[in-house]
Amino acid sequence: MGTSYTPPTNPDWWREPVERTELLWIVLAFAWCVFMFGWMIGWHWIGNQNMNNEAYKTTPEAYSKKVADMQAQYAVRKDEATGEDVVAPPPGSDVYLAGMQWQWRPILELQKGKSYRIHLSSLDVVHGFSLQPENINFQAYPGYEQVFTATPNKSGTFAIACGEYCGGGDAFGHHTMLGRIYVKE
Amino acid sequence: MATTTMSDFRVDPVSGFKIHRTANTLVKANAFAAVVFLLVGGLFGLGVALTRMPGVQLLKPEMFYMFLTAHGIIALMVWIIFFEIAVLYFLGAHVLNSRLATPRWAWLQFWLMIIGAAMTAVAILQGGSSVMMTSYPPLTAAPHFYLGLILFAVGALIGCFVFLGTLVIAKEEKTYGEGSLPLVVFGGVTACIIAIFTIASGALILIPTFLWSLGLISHIDPMMYRIVWWAFGHSSQQINVVTHISIWYLIAALVFGAKPMSEKVSRGAFLLYILFLQFGSVHHLLSDPGLSSAWKIFNTSYMIYLAVLASLIHGLTVPGSIEVAQRKKGMDTGMFTWIRKAPWGNPVFSGMFLSLIGFGFIGGITGVVMSVEQINMIIHNTMYLPGHFHGTVVAGTTMAFMAVTYWLIPVVFQRKIALAGVAKLQPYIFSLGSFVFSIALMGAGTMGVQRRSADMFFAGQPLAYEYPEIAKGMMSIGEIFGVVMAVGAVMFIVVVLASIFAGERIPEGSAPWPKVEDADVVAEKSGKKHIGIGGFEAPGTFVFAMILFVTIVLYYFINFKYLSTIWTLS
Repeated sequence: MGTSYTPPTNPDWWREPVERTELLWIVLAFAWCVFMFGWMIGWHWIGNQNMNNEAYKTTPEAYSKKVADMQAQYAVRKDEATGEDVVAPPPGSDVYLAGMQWQWRPILELQKGKSYRIHLSSLDVVHGFSLQPENINFQAYPGYEQVFTATPNKSGTFAIACGEYCGGGDAFGHHTMLGRIYVKE
Repeated sequence: MATTTMSDFRVDPVSGFKIHRTANTLVKANAFAAVVFLLVGGLFGLGVALTRMPGVQLLKPEMFYMFLTAHGIIALMVWIIFFEIAVLYFLGAHVLNSRLATPRWAWLQFWLMIIGAAMTAVAILQGGSSVMMTSYPPLTAAPHFYLGLILFAVGALIGCFVFLGTLVIAKEEKTYGEGSLPLVVFGGVTACIIAIFTIASGALILIPTFLWSLGLISHIDPMMYRIVWWAFGHSSQQINVVTHISIWYLIAALVFGAKPMSEKVSRGAFLLYILFLQFGSVHHLLSDPGLSSAWKIFNTSYMIYLAVLASLIHGLTVPGSIEVAQRKKGMDTGMFTWIRKAPWGNPVFSGMFLSLIGFGFIGGITGVVMSVEQINMIIHNTMYLPGHFHGTVVAGTTMAFMAVTYWLIPVVFQRKIALAGVAKLQPYIFSLGSFVFSIALMGAGTMGVQRRSADMFFAGQPLAYEYPEIAKGMMSIGEIFGVVMAVGAVMFIVVVLASIFAGERIPEGSAPWPKVEDADVVAEKSGKKHIGIGGFEAPGTFVFAMILFVTIVLYYFINFKYLSTIWTLS
């Protein structure tokens, strides 16, 4: 007797046996839950795409100085589209990339198959690093410097779009925000 | 004790609910406000859809960002939380045959939420507060943008305590007997507990941000903001999940006379929500600096996916309870007779069942997969997100709220459903729109299209980038079905307004709906003892559950396969 909107007819409902359909499903579903939990941990060992936990506190001033120093040291040519420096840091080095309203700079040139320690921060508001067409996405904050090691496995021209809405106030440029990474063979 | 007399109540002849008139007025007020805000929020959403449609691009960027901010706040927070307050009052007062605690506080709840929502809406429409629903500092909105949200949240918090007070009265006055609360009210308590946690988190971050916007606090750390804000932003979606699951159980009982397959299992699943669902806030922080993988994995998995387990359980037990009820009522042949012969022309049922399918297959599966620490890197902040959460909040929650509204209009507003033909069709149109919209946007997101962008073409930029053609096609299809979804929403609003203002009155004491017999009573009369096939009481539902299971396993590994092809990251 009774329904889901009336009190349980058996006051001792806790002791009622569980029907077979439900019991089997619970066992199956729980096994899948445990598997997914284990797989997410395991991917840190068996997978090649994981986040680094390395991060530092910084300031927009300190970070933009690091970007400028790297740019001065490793600028190799002018970009055809914008006339700006293209910066080619050597493999294994620290690469500083900054998000700002509304661009990702500097323009980078990397080599396929080589690893780089990429630093990511913002000089003003919260931005989103979004590498296209790879579709790799990270959050970038002012005051925080995130570091990860990236190894391009394809060559070509890659765009960095902004994944976090970043244009409030009187100006709206979020949808125009781009950067670029060239990957050489 | 306050004195109440019989004339403070009326009895619903079908459900037997003893309806407190004051409570009923408050349910009406909150549900009506909800529907009005659904209309407003939906129209802003239509503007967003028509701008994202590649061939149309209706709004200029400035207007687009204003519309998107307004759509997020009004549709995701205001419509839903107003409706949830109406549901809580209904569960506390109507279902328990009780009077509502402190009606004057309840009216304060109503007006604070109205004033708060209006204040924030005005701030957005004045133009200086296009900071999106999430309003991440250092982006700044006008002070009354934050103040409105705070007032709205305080109102909602009062509503939670009015509900809890009503439970105390109902128990004290023994309005529902001696035993445990009915399952749907237990679900309401779960939602209420999560709501209180949610609102407290919101206050914790929005009050300092309000003071910051006034210049009284010098700095809000943007990362601290995001961590605390999502304890509010994500948790508020968990209130939706719990509320619409309670509504699924309620509708199964109202339409089929169903009872839970097992009280223990269904209540246990709600308990898992209380314990673990809040961890999900971390889904939004998986690509953030400074948080360790151990912390992310523990939280994003809701501790070994125990809250996902709860959802998988409800996903079986709700249709399972319908199957058991149908079989007890004589539809005990074959595997799927029970579902084929369900009342598909009744929008209360069709809406509920479409909500179950949409939430499970579209919102649920994608939510589990995208919240994997590593998979998140190829999904975070792409169009996949709006695709996913329209699967949960629109195809799931909103559809469920619409379905129960069709049942509530005759009972609460005492009006027959006007334009019954439109109502019958509406769940199908709305679900078709929301299903295709969600799937297409997720497709575009997989191709990299970023969310919250006024122009997916990066027009006029020297460092040009073009998304793949297929992504543009996905956006066109998605947004066309976004318009279909909007048409479905307008159909709902027209039916509601026509019914409550011009529908045929149902005199007091007359039946608002045909009587539905409890499945158990029918089974007893017919002497039926055993149902189902091969010792399974709900074999058809088990087949459906296995289809869901296989889909999620395949989809999980497809995403890892795709992940393994991108740049190496460590």
